[in-house]
Parts: sequence; C-alpha cells; structure tokens
Amino acid sequence: MGTTMLTGWGRTAPTPASLVPAGTDEQLADLVRSAGPRGLVARGLGRAYGDAAQNAGGTVVDMTGRDRVLHFDREAGTVVVEAGLSLDRLMREAIPLGWFVPVTPGTRFVTVGGAIAADIHGKNHHVHGSFCRHVLEFDLLCADGEVHSVRPGDDLFWATAGGMGLTGVVLRATVQLLPIETSRMRVDTERATDLDDLMDRLTRTDDQYTYSVAWIDCLSTGRRLGRGVLTRGWHAKAAELSTKDRARPLAFDPRVRLAAPRRLPGGLLNRYTVAAFNEMWYRKAPRERRDEIQPLATFFHPLDGVADWNRVYGPRGFVQYQFVVPFGAEEVLRTSVEAFASAGHASFLAVLKRFGAGNDGMLSFPDAGWTLALDVPVSAGLSPLLDRLDELVAGAGGRLYLAKDSRARAELIARMYPRLGRFRAVRDKYDPTGVFTSDLARRLAL
Amino acid sequence: MIDALGNPQTVLLLGGTSDIGLAIVERYLASRPVRVVLAGRPSPRLDEAAARLTAKGATVETVEFDAAQTAGHQELISKIAAGGDIDLAVVAFGLLGEQAVAERDPAAAVELATVNYVGAVSVGVALATVMRAAGHGVIVALSSVAGERARRANFVYGSTKAGMDAFYSGLGDSLIGSGVRVLVVRPGFVTTKMTAHLEPAPLATTADEVADAVVAAVRRGRHTIWVPARLRFVMSGLRHLPRPLFRRLSR
Repeated sequence: MGTTMLTGWGRTAPTPASLVPAGTDEQLADLVRSAGPRGLVARGLGRAYGDAAQNAGGTVVDMTGRDRVLHFDREAGTVVVEAGLSLDRLMREAIPLGWFVPVTPGTRFVTVGGAIAADIHGKNHHVHGSFCRHVLEFDLLCADGEVHSVRPGDDLFWATAGGMGLTGVVLRATVQLLPIETSRMRVDTERATDLDDLMDRLTRTDDQYTYSVAWIDCLSTGRRLGRGVLTRGWHAKAAELSTKDRARPLAFDPRVRLAAPRRLPGGLLNRYTVAAFNEMWYRKAPRERRDEIQPLATFFHPLDGVADWNRVYGPRGFVQYQFVVPFGAEEVLRTSVEAFASAGHASFLAVLKRFGAGNDGMLSFPDAGWTLALDVPVSAGLSPLLDRLDELVAGAGGRLYLAKDSRARAELIARMYPRLGRFRAVRDKYDPTGVFTSDLARRLAL
Repeated sequence: MIDALGNPQTVLLLGGTSDIGLAIVERYLASRPVRVVLAGRPSPRLDEAAARLTAKGATVETVEFDAAQTAGHQELISKIAAGGDIDLAVVAFGLLGEQAVAERDPAAAVELATVNYVGAVSVGVALATVMRAAGHGVIVALSSVAGERARRANFVYGSTKAGMDAFYSGLGDSLIGSGVRVLVVRPGFVTTKMTAHLEPAPLATTADEVADAVVAAVRRGRHTIWVPARLRFVMSGLRHLPRPLFRRLSR
C-alpha cells in the first residue's frame, strides 16, 4: 500500500504512514483488528503542532470523512456528532440556532475527536474549563474492535480526555453547547506596559470576563519586558448590537481571506521582522477601549482568515512551546519571557493566559496557573534553551501541552504528568498489545 | 524518534571504538541522555568507550560485531531494533591499511575491501530494511574524500571508500519517501588513532569538527557533506585535473 508523508501543523519531522479513510464503524473495526506491528492512530485536521497524529511505518486513519451531525436537540443545546466533524462546521450549524461550542481554541479547524484527544482549552478556561467537561458521552472503538459507550466517571473517559488518541478511536460524541443571543462579542482591549503590569491586570479583573487572553511581545527587553495587549470579553447580548446588526443577530459566515504561498523561504520571520511586527501590533492596540462589538471569528480565530499560515515559517518549520505553571511560580514565567527575549528567538504569536482548575483527565493539560504559548522557528540554539525551560517548568510543578510538543524528553513528561502511571494502567487494560500508537507516543514513551 | 529539533533517542555506532563515531555520540550526549548501542569486536577499548559514554549519561549496550562476518549482520541489526527503533546509525568502521602491503598482497587488499566495502554494503542493506519498516531513521555513512578520486599513495583504501560512498549515495536515493535518510560524510584528513602515524594533509580536521558537522547536517536533513566544507570545492577541482598532473600532485 502507498504511504503518505505526514507532519503536524509545525511541519517538522515528517514520517510516512498508510493514510486510510475511516469508512464505516465496521470498516474501522476491521482496520483496528488487522493493524500491523507499527499500530494505528486516528488523525483529524492535523492541527496538533508536533507528531501526535503521525505514525511512522504504521497506519493513520483519516477521520475527516466522518463529519455528520447526527442529532441536534435545539431545546437542550446538546449535539451528537461524528468525531471527524470540525468545530468550524459545528459552529456554522449551531450559531444560527443560538448555540456556541463550549470551548474553542485559536482555530475552528479542529475536529471534535481531536478536541477530546487533546482536551483542548480556550480563552474561557478560567470559567468553563476544557473541552471534555462539556462532553456528556462518547463512543470509543477499542483495540479489540468493540465499541464502548463512555461517560464521565468511567476510567476510559478520563484516560481518553487528553489521551492523544492512545486509548482508541473516538467515533461519536455528545456535546453540551453554550447558549448565546448573538454571534458577536463585546470586547475590552487594553495595553500593558510590562510583564508585571500584564499579570497584574489579568489577576485583578479576569473574573469579570468570560473570555480572556493576552498577547505578549516576546522580543522586548529591559523596561518593556513582557509588554502586551489584553483582549477580553463576553458574548454580546442582543440589546448591545447596533440596529443594523440586530436584524440578523446570529449571522455567522467567516471567510478565508488570504492564503500563504506554497513555497516560502526560511528566515522570513527573524528577530528584526518580528520585532517590527510586534512594535506595530502593540502601537496599533488602543491604550484602553471598552465595549467594542466584534464578530466571533475576529475575536476567537483571527489566523483562520489566512489559509496555511504555518508556511510562513519556511521549510524547516516551527515549534510551538506551551506550558502551564501553578500560581506562585511567576518566576518561571518571567525567566521564560526573558530567555526568549534575550536569545532573540523570534516569536510573533506569544500568548499568556490564566487557567482555572484542571479536571480528572490523566493526561489533560490545563491546570490552575499561568499558561504561556509561543511559536518559535526551528533554529540551532533552540533545543538547549527549551530543555532548560522544561526543567524549570517541571521543577515548579508545571507541564507542557502534548498537543503542541514535538521535542520534549520522555523523562520530563513523566515528571510533569504524575497521573501517567494511571493512564498507562487503563490503556494497557483496554489495549494490552499496543495497537494504538503514534510518533508522539514512541518519542515520549507514553 | 528523532525529534523536531534533531535529537535522537537511540544511536547505533557500528565500529564502536571509532574516534569520529564516538565524538558524534558525545555531541548528542552533551545535550541529552541517549540510548547508545556500541557494535564492535570485544576489546578493552570497546569497554572503555562504553564506560566513558555511560559516565556522560548514556545508557550503553555493547554488542559483538565483525564487519567482515556479513552473515550475521541482518540478524544482529534486527535484534537491536527490536529493543527500540534505531533513530541514528553511524557506519564508522573501517581499516586504513598499508598501501605498500595492500598493493602487493592480495589477502591484505581483500581484507580492506571486505571490511570497508563489503561490510559497509551489508550493514547498509540491513539497516535500510529495519528502518524502512519503522518509517524513520538516519544512516550516517563515514566515507572519505579519498574515495572521490583515488590517489597513487592510497588507492586501495581510496577504492573501497569510492565503492562505499557510491553505495550509500544510491541507498539514500532509494530511500527517498520512506522516512529514512542517508547522510554521506566525506572528511578530509582526520587526525585520529587511525591516522596517528601519518603526516597530516592540508586542510586536516579533527574528530570533533567532523562530529559537529554531522550533528548539524542531520538536523538540517542534508545528504552529503564535506569536512571541512571547503573540501567540496577542492575535490571538485581535483576530480577534473588531467591524470599526469593529479598523479604528481598527490603522491
């Protein structure tokens, strides 16, 4: 059978696998039962940055063909969907009916199956938690080829939530949606002059907002170290819309406006171009603006307006580094921002947020504390820098996000995820021969 | 797996006492712990190498390996891979031989050819087989500029490297799309235990320099490198010299 080279969104470390469309439940069960020695993993829209949905020499199941909405309860706001359905499609179905996805990451182009496997989070984590909190039930195809109905409380539920597809293939899920009056956001924007100011503003007033995030300039040093722009808001009420917008309060039709060219050279994003961008971005933001009405997509998914934006990093690709450290470990945050700023590793997408409490997901990422996420182009000095930060993060009781990782050390991940042992016990119970595996699982010895 | 930033988890060194091979392993160890398999003939030198790498944080296994005994190669390499995917294999064994002997004694010439060429071909095929199945891996083949144009002064050795170099270059092409890569390394004169008795040639280099170049090339996904890099152009010129001139230049 032919093989396909696959990478994650960061476009690093490509490996070949047999990429097979999922087909029906029966066809998929056959695939699982007949998986070869290199095993199998499900893949959605390939937005994990690293190697989570790659399986060198094995099978990768393309779930995106299974994308139907099976049932929509308009009263209760619950949907039963196939796992390959994208949040983009789900939003297009649900928003006009007055319902919103409970959690959205920075892109709509992730599948529901992927959202469960990575237990994704969004700007509302401090209020609504991560995605799996809103999953009422899912069907999981296990290694023996049987389909299990899994609910919160089952060991398989919290092993699968954030379990990176290693417990089985999610086939269908029932998700509780969030009621909304409009498809607009009411947004407050403010600038923070340095890291202390930024963290102080987030700490003091985050509770007032449903959604909160801060963009942080990771190239500024000295007095301006960690300056940034906070954008926080709520779903707008119908009464808050302009008369014109009130005619179609639930209109939702975001478009892709631009596409990155197919072949771009490396080095376009260097410390000088990114510093210029950051300066512009910071200056462009108002010092303070209240109650601006924005479309949902502008607030949540600005990068979805540019197709294949990951290509701007050039052929060598990029790494996305995201960690969380508990409140009280602000020094790790400061050290990280300083390290990136002084090493000149150009990151033009650095984001700081406060997480609320975590859940029972054994490999689920979010936990109470500060999370910093940044994109960094691959370069020679990056590996030792990130290894050093990993130690600080682990030492502070923090962790890295597996859906973004492409380079961490297995020993460090084991320290960061104290429930890894429980995860392995559940996984080994349902998949004793290791049918479900991936490059990520091999690399991190999960 | 070799991660996004070029860090391998398991390195197999075929020719477990090779100065260049060990220098490559130590480069990787300087940043992270690595599982290392040293394949070579049992000797105190092999044990010393294992002890040294262990002290630097490696998890080391030594396995008995003789480049000339090709019959056992596939089984050996499959067994090593069964203990964990081989991310990076360095084909570092080789004999320099003595030209004066080798050009008059068929047995000596055949020994050079067997180790440097036949043995290298055998492990190359064996490595490619297990790595192709795994869908990933990098083979680093330590060739030599001596193989680019055989010199009067060491043409027996040069011819073995020419064959080995051609084999691994072709192997690399055959593996395009398989997830497996081959890096052919063409150092100039390297001052090591193998060359300790010789006068250094111009543009001589060290095992550490070769190791640095290899690590960088693996990270960047290169297929062929010269060390030092300038040798690429020097050799390109030398290859096209008229033969009488080359003969006189390179005694």
